[in-house]
Amino acid sequence: MNIPDGLKYTKNHEWIRVEGDEAYVGITDFAQSELGDIVFVEIETEGETLDQGEAFGTIEAVKTVSDIFLPVSGKVLEINAILEEKPEIVNKDPYGEGWLIKIKVHDPAEVDALMDATAYQQMINA
Amino acid sequence: MKKTPFIDIHRNLGAKIIPFAGFQMPLEYSGIQDEHITVREKLGVFDVSHMGEIWVTGPKAMPFLQYVTSNDVSVLFDGKVQYSCLPNGRGGIVDDLLVYRLDEGKYLLVVNAYNTEKDFNWLCEQGKPFDLVVGEELLNASDRYGQLAVQGPLALKAMQKLTNISVVDMPYYMVKKISFAGIDDVIFSTTGYTGAGGCEIYMPAEKGPEIWQAVMNAGKEYGIKPIGLGARDTLRLEMGFCLYGNDIDDTTSPIEAGLDWITKFTDDKDFIDKDFLLKQKEEGTDKRLKGFIMIDRGIPRQHYNLVDVEGNRIGEVTSGSVSPMLKKGIGMGYLKKGFWKTGTEIFVEVRNKLLKAVIVNFPFYHPETDK
Repeated sequence: MNIPDGLKYTKNHEWIRVEGDEAYVGITDFAQSELGDIVFVEIETEGETLDQGEAFGTIEAVKTVSDIFLPVSGKVLEINAILEEKPEIVNKDPYGEGWLIKIKVHDPAEVDALMDATAYQQMINA
Repeated sequence: MKKTPFIDIHRNLGAKIIPFAGFQMPLEYSGIQDEHITVREKLGVFDVSHMGEIWVTGPKAMPFLQYVTSNDVSVLFDGKVQYSCLPNGRGGIVDDLLVYRLDEGKYLLVVNAYNTEKDFNWLCEQGKPFDLVVGEELLNASDRYGQLAVQGPLALKAMQKLTNISVVDMPYYMVKKISFAGIDDVIFSTTGYTGAGGCEIYMPAEKGPEIWQAVMNAGKEYGIKPIGLGARDTLRLEMGFCLYGNDIDDTTSPIEAGLDWITKFTDDKDFIDKDFLLKQKEEGTDKRLKGFIMIDRGIPRQHYNLVDVEGNRIGEVTSGSVSPMLKKGIGMGYLKKGFWKTGTEIFVEVRNKLLKAVIVNFPFYHPETDK
């Protein structure tokens, strides 16, 4: 299971990668593997300001529908345009081309409080 | 939790294992869509050992089956298989099943895993007036068999390598008892629930792993892959085949479910619910199971509401997913009278949005022409 260092993780299996006061958000390798073939990513919250833990969209795999939650509070700046035509990119490259949204982070302290790679690894092993 | 004879093989292949109908079963191996497409284009092997096998034998077997099943058992000849259902005496369905005639007075019923106990108890109860000896003439032999389905356009060609008996030219829905992969008395039928063609193979449970290996070796040159329950579901849905527990159950009638074609009202066949079902057939029903394809982008799921253009509820999704071949959302559901005609536009309520869909005829995907 691929869990890169340098990212922060949530118990709902999202990751966040901070760049300045912005950040990229996606789902983890573990999450995509559990979901199986992802066939539809629906995110309609562009421009909205959401609280930490609020659902910002939905991922549909062949068998299941799952909400995806914002790791920290912030404003949704951009949705990954590739997802419209190629939702399967989330399966293939969950930490790279398969990112979901870019956000403006409101409170860096919320990011610091999330799990690091080691803690996330321990959580999914437990 | 029960295990099939193939559980170690699934684990070694890295399958995702889930509990299903009391068994540990493989959900997927390489991915549902990859597996689905493999079966449509080449061939795949499914462990379907969870299915129940019930023998009905002896001089009363035929009249008994004529009474408990909806289809006409009298048209069966040795080596012929029939899809049928068990009406429940209250206008619903106990189960859908296959009836195999192996020989005169020798029938094999293949039933849904989840229903095996319920079916057997039901058959024992209904068998009383026929004086069937339970444990002999009515025998639940489910634990004795392993079952594999080998499905896909190349399945019979590949399986021919494992037997001297000709199977490539076996018509659909036939059965033979053959020597297969060096094992005697294997029940080999040209059946399956994928619409892709192929066969189902019943073997003594202890011979299962040996036969799995032989099947994989024989299919290797054609690109065989193991297929899980996930793709089994999308394959059957793409054909519009009913899944018991989703699309049919104890509260839905065969007529409402569009299973008129396996409900035979011939004069010399009396069966459970005959009068009620005949009335339904003649007078029509208030709801009917139909299929729909999404026009708007979205995926229907079980229990989502179906509504008309004015937002009135007209039904509910019983099965829904994305079709790996059509790359569109497809679903089945019972529609209220007035809304089930082919071409009718309906709406599926998906996360508080109404997405447009259109009623279509089954199958959703035609393996011969949609390629």
